[in-house]
This record gives sequence, structure tokens and C-alpha cells, in this order.
Amino acid sequence: MKLTDNALERLRSAVDLPDLEGTRYRLLEKLGQGGMGGVYRVEDTMLSRDVAMKVVTAPDGDGDLAARLMREAKVIARLEHSGIVPVHDVGQFPDGRVYYTMKLVQGKRLDAYIPELGSIPERLRLLQKICDAVGFAHARGVLHRDLKPQNIMVGPFGEVLVMDWGLSKIVREQEARNTAVISPKGGDENEVTAHGTVLGTPGYMAPEQQSGSGTLDARADVFSLGAILRFLLAETADVSIAPRSRALRAIVDKATAQDPNMRYDSTAALSNDLSAYLDGLSVNAYPEGALAKLWRWAVRNRVWLLMVLAYLVMRTLFILWRTR
Amino acid sequence: MNKIVLGLVLGAVLGAFDGLTAWFTPEVRSQLLGIVIGSTIKGLIAGILIGYFARKVNSLPLGILFGLGVGLILAFIVAAMPNPAGKHYYFEIMLPGSIVGMIVGYATQRFGTTPYPATR
Repeated sequence: MKLTDNALERLRSAVDLPDLEGTRYRLLEKLGQGGMGGVYRVEDTMLSRDVAMKVVTAPDGDGDLAARLMREAKVIARLEHSGIVPVHDVGQFPDGRVYYTMKLVQGKRLDAYIPELGSIPERLRLLQKICDAVGFAHARGVLHRDLKPQNIMVGPFGEVLVMDWGLSKIVREQEARNTAVISPKGGDENEVTAHGTVLGTPGYMAPEQQSGSGTLDARADVFSLGAILRFLLAETADVSIAPRSRALRAIVDKATAQDPNMRYDSTAALSNDLSAYLDGLSVNAYPEGALAKLWRWAVRNRVWLLMVLAYLVMRTLFILWRTR
Repeated sequence: MNKIVLGLVLGAVLGAFDGLTAWFTPEVRSQLLGIVIGSTIKGLIAGILIGYFARKVNSLPLGILFGLGVGLILAFIVAAMPNPAGKHYYFEIMLPGSIVGMIVGYATQRFGTTPYPATR
């Protein structure tokens, strides 16, 4: 008997489904499929709550993907932050496939959420939340390396969660600067991504990451954040579309500079420049002339200036009227 | 500087400046000192009231509106007093006075510190 493609596909899907027999979980539905595994909505029967379960589904003969999934779970576990999805449990099925469970995030992916973000300040504040979470990971010695709108979830109350730490890298912190350098001889945790393969997403991946030069630091994630900022402002990843504001354009350009030395040193520096922009102050990325400074000051204090001007005009008119 | 002190200082300075502009009106130039003192006192009173309001209410539009009201009322009281020739200067006093009130209202809302609320 010959099986049709459709029947084969259904069989493959059934085989991919995790066998949760004998575990505390009950399969509810499939939420998505990534490069190395699937994400499922499962019920934790002991705690009576729904959680998300990530399971390796791709063929994994040498156990590489399983090691990567375990490593991802360990990385997330060390990042306890409100902007990073928490891991609840990690384990292995009888068939050898590994899984971990995490908080089930109810929300939208950033790329789908953007139309709901009306104003530029709202978008900038959202990026600042992402900067906070990524900055926290950097402080714990972890680089994300695959930041993009598809890996950011926005919850129903505007909370931001940085997802998919599958390509993250454990790094060693360097004292002199707020950056970190990949351990040249990584232990178990580093081996998974130390094969020299280029991992990441074009358009959001820093040039040094794309070239696979081997030395990455926090500025690689800063590049990705700059690309996300561009996406947030233009609603497209197209690099030819620049923000209207010169200061914002300068911030995007600085964050996404080809040379890492020309970028912001840290996510905090990027976030600070965004704060300065939001407060109507000068930003580091955009050196202003005296006229531009004066104009920005006048715009920032326009209510005050208008009142003073109104007073002076009124007084002048009264004087002219009296002395005519 | 707290909001009341800010209102007081700004009200006094702007009040004095407002009074000094009377120099451009020749018929009242001889009473300039009295006008400046009166205008400064008016500015002080307005500044305290507006600063106190800013301490209690945190709203820029309401602060400006309150400043306008206080400036207008105090300026009206001053304008209602005629000069020795029996002439009133309602517009010349009330309109700038109300704008000065608005400026103080704006400044006390935007700047100046508020003490921490009582924990009890």
C-alpha cells in the first residue's frame, strides 16, 4: 500500500508529539515549531496550571540538539528577571528526548504587536524594557545573540518578555568595560555553539557575529537592539528606511554601526540615550550645534516661552498705546 | 527649593518687574516706588497661594488655570484702587497680572520640590 504525502505528514506530526505518559504533564496543543524543536501547551496536573513545553523534535543523532536545549534551559534558569520567561522544570522522556517547561506567555510577538503601539515614545519605552532584560542577562554573563521582533513577546499588560535563548552564549565578564568576551575554551556549556557555525538572523545579527570571527561581546546584542529599534520606528527591517527624527536616526545608526567600537558599549548606554530623547534632552549619538540646541530648548519650554512672550507683547502694546 | 518658596521668589521678582514697567507710563512715573512695592507684595501673595496649590495639586493645566485666576483677582483688587487723578488702569494691570500668575503657576508645577507625604 502506498501512503499519500498528506498521510505521511500526519504520521510524522503524530510521531513528533511528545509522549507525556508517566509525567506530570498533559498535552493540550502545539503552539509553534522552531528549528530544533516544538513548543506545546501542556497542563501541569500537579499544580493545575498551563505551561509551555519545549521539546526537541528534529532528528538528533549525535545528541547535539538535546544538549543545546538543556543548555538553553540552564541559561534561562540563571536569568531571573521580569523581562525573561522563567523556566519551571527540565527533564527527559523515556524515548530520550529532552524538554523543559516554562511560563506560558499569553501575549503577542513584537512584530504582531507593533500596530497597537501608537506613538513613538511608547515604542521607545518598550525598547527600553527589552534593553533592561538583555542588560540583566549581560550582567549575568549571557549574550542572547538572536534578538529580533519574533523573539520578543508583549503581554496583555504591556510587559515585555525576551524569548528563545537557544542561541545564547555564556560569556566571561571583563572588568575594565561593561562588555564580555567569549571564553576561548568554553566548557560543556559553550561547546554547543562553538562549532564555528554562524547562528542568528540576518538583518538583526551583528557583522562580527555574521563573519563568525569568534569574539563577541554585549555590543553584538546592542546591534540587534538597534535593528529592532529601526523596525519599531519604521515597521520594517528595511535599512534604507530611516526614522524622521535626526536624533533617533543617529541612535539607530550608532547602535547598528558596522564597527563594534562605534556602537554603544552597553544596553544601558542605548537605553540612556533613548531616555534623553524622550525627555527632550540632547542624545550622545547626535552632537548638536548651538542653533539646534537652542531650538530643542525652545520646543521643550514652549509653554513657558509662549507665556513670557505673551506678557512682553502685551506690555509693549500697552506702552506703545500710552505713548502714542 | 520647594514649590512655595519658588512661587514666592518668582512672584516677587515678576511682580517687581511688572511694577517697574509703570515707568513707561509718564502720568504714574512719580508714584513708581509705591507701584513697585505694591506689585511686589501682590506677586508675593500670588506666589505663596500658587505655590501652595502646586504642592497640593499635581496638574499642569490646573496649575496654570489657578495661577491665572489668582493673578486676575489680585490684579483686579489693585486695579480697583484709582490713581490720585481718580483714573483706573484695569486692562494695563489685570491682563499682565493674570499672565504673571500663569507663569508662576506653570513654574511651580514644573519645578520645585514637594516634601514627602506624612507616613502616618
